[in-house]
Amino acid sequence: LQHTKNTQYDALYTGTLTPEDKVISHNNFYEFGTAKTDPKRNAQEFKVNPWELVIDGEVDNPIKLDYDQLFKIAPLEERIYNFRCVEAWSMVIPWLGITLADLIKAAKPNSRAKYVAFETLYDPKQMPGQASRFMGGGIDYPYVEGLRIDEAMHPLTFVAVGLYGKTLPPQNGAPIRLVVPWKYGFKSIKSITRIRLVEKQPPTTWNILASNEYGFYANVNPEVDHPRWSQASERRIGEGGILSAKRIPTQMFNGYADEVASLYKGMDLRRNY
Amino acid sequence: MKLLASRGQMLAFKTLLHLACGLPLLWLFAAVDQGALGGDPVQYIIHFLGMGTLNTLGATLLLSPLARQFKLGALLQVRRLLGLWCFAYGALHVAAFIAFDLLFDWMLLATEVVKRPYIVVGFIALVVLTALALTSPKAVQRRMGRRWQSLHRWVYLVAVLGPVHFWWSVKSGNLEPVIYLLAGIGLLLWRPWVRQRLTKGKPAAKAARKAL
Repeated sequence: LQHTKNTQYDALYTGTLTPEDKVISHNNFYEFGTAKTDPKRNAQEFKVNPWELVIDGEVDNPIKLDYDQLFKIAPLEERIYNFRCVEAWSMVIPWLGITLADLIKAAKPNSRAKYVAFETLYDPKQMPGQASRFMGGGIDYPYVEGLRIDEAMHPLTFVAVGLYGKTLPPQNGAPIRLVVPWKYGFKSIKSITRIRLVEKQPPTTWNILASNEYGFYANVNPEVDHPRWSQASERRIGEGGILSAKRIPTQMFNGYADEVASLYKGMDLRRNY
Repeated sequence: MKLLASRGQMLAFKTLLHLACGLPLLWLFAAVDQGALGGDPVQYIIHFLGMGTLNTLGATLLLSPLARQFKLGALLQVRRLLGLWCFAYGALHVAAFIAFDLLFDWMLLATEVVKRPYIVVGFIALVVLTALALTSPKAVQRRMGRRWQSLHRWVYLVAVLGPVHFWWSVKSGNLEPVIYLLAGIGLLLWRPWVRQRLTKGKPAAKAARKAL
């Protein structure tokens, strides 16, 4: 994919890039099974073209984008971000895409747009996890996520259509996915078919499933533990075998505190986890 | 001819059980080595060893009801073998958690063991399994006399705590842990002494037994 490199945020990632073969073979994408290796195994036949992405709700110009248009909204850029899973492992990934702000602005949000709601494709024929509760981990599909409008319009908030210079593999959320680098990975919803601008805070999948464990904000925060494990450090997946992985301290907002801490001024981050 | 009656048959049966318990470990090692388990097999390894613990535990607990049901007393001769495999899987499960997930961060281990209920539950189960493994040699059994029997009944606690630990540890998708928990409880209830103890003193149950 044609793109330019945006190195503006390169100082904020830690360590070195996670090798591509690890990025595309270790995935949480319950639509294709709950084991980390399931998505790669089960998603290869996933059809991403034709695709339709709808942006509607509190907008003046609702739009529908087909597969080709996803790559033409704005010039693609490469950004290298820390990626921190709520399960306390992390990667460093070179994404290709555009800012979510550029995508949303195309639909001209109105003044009632206070939140953004996202939805993953619902297609049980193609996604075995949606067809079987057992395989899909008991989640009510489609997967839904949400951001506050100021989070959504932040220049760090990214929609990726590729990684490592190529289009996204299906297991990583093809053809288009969200990437919010200062939040836990489950916020970065995959294979998006709908983006709706709304007035009220939208429901989010993991929050519905276990609200005491997963909040709406899900900002990376080493001081607020998950009830079942510590978030103070993380296992960085890099080069080499399983014993060469490192446990590194988790940074506030995953290392993006200078950019985003102001969004949460005055909020109790222990209560709004 | 009675099944498992001869020494040769018993030896073959034991060999088969050792293979059934040991080969999955060889497979796991080879699969990790070949990179067949994805970019980060840590969770897979830990889960695999945990499931191995529960499965060998289930097999161990099946022996005495099966022996009674089918009048195959010889089955009891492999109980120690399976029990020790169960302990081996449990110990490897914990070792993998410490080595691959915590990466030998002992401070983190210490705080996690006290802070996280599901780890506490798993830890208690492992302590029990360790005690049973340590007292498994025949000489120890002889020396302990009747106390050996009461100590080894603690395995039923593991049959409940193990699945609870599994249930508590998963992010979602509780069907599998529930099946294991029900299986554990089922294996308990299949034992006459457990049922007797549960119904002891209840007049209705007593009357029902008398009527039979």
